[in-house]
Amino acid sequence: MNEPTSLHDLPPGFAFDPARASKMMTRHGHGGWLGISYHGHGPGWVELALPWREDLVGVAETGVLASGPIISLMDNATSMSVWTLTGRFVPHATLDLRVDYMRAAVPGKTVIGRGECYKLTRTIAFIRGVAYDEDPADPVAHVIGTFMATHGTYL
Amino acid sequence: MTGSSLPPYGDALGITVDHDEGGTPVLCFDYAERVAGRPGFLHGGAMSGLMEMAAIAALRAELDRRGEVMKLKPVNVQVEFMRGGTEQRTYAMGQVTRAGRRVALVNAECWQDDRTKPIALAQLKVLLSPAE
Repeated sequence: MNEPTSLHDLPPGFAFDPARASKMMTRHGHGGWLGISYHGHGPGWVELALPWREDLVGVAETGVLASGPIISLMDNATSMSVWTLTGRFVPHATLDLRVDYMRAAVPGKTVIGRGECYKLTRTIAFIRGVAYDEDPADPVAHVIGTFMATHGTYL
Repeated sequence: MTGSSLPPYGDALGITVDHDEGGTPVLCFDYAERVAGRPGFLHGGAMSGLMEMAAIAALRAELDRRGEVMKLKPVNVQVEFMRGGTEQRTYAMGQVTRAGRRVALVNAECWQDDRTKPIALAQLKVLLSPAE
């Protein structure tokens, strides 16, 4: 069998391994273009890394990363955190995401996105997370949002 | 406003100005691997990036009309995803709901072939301060 190129080629219910899945998720599409890679995981949480890059800057004069890439990073990290809790791949879609910006990301520094799923219902996953560049206690941004299972249920 | 006045991230994502609508630019990008999410669909983060650029462009246009030169600092953004984006051109336009002296609230809408069926909404809060 060929190695699936996308997470979404996996059948629903496929055992979920964040490290392995990240390789697929981050080689293709928007995540691949941004250069997002796997950083770590545990039960209910996943960390992904977004290296600083000149063409991802939001304000040319300051070198500060645009917020679009941070939203994408947190969307991916929180999405994967849901499956570390279900233990299997459940196709889902982001319903909403709110990002609060605490401060600008330091130019040149990799941003780590830590996504956490803090509550699962049959159809809805509640997620939160932080983006930080050095210290998780001094985050660049806080996020909160929800996902909905599109095929099957979480529980 | 021209495409070249977008920040590096906007240019890199392939965002251009499609047309002007009553003084507010309508931004767009074409479908490409760099904006792809799950197979056949747009990535939510790419949609969010487009809406954010559109919201900031609308706010800059409004401040220009008033002759105000302001430094913008995002406070937060709330994005609602309503439909999956498919493999076609995607548009976004911002609408300034309120721009006071210190804070602005801007909505943005994202759509594809049917403007009456938006695929996502965003609401941005931005701090304003006089540019030095």
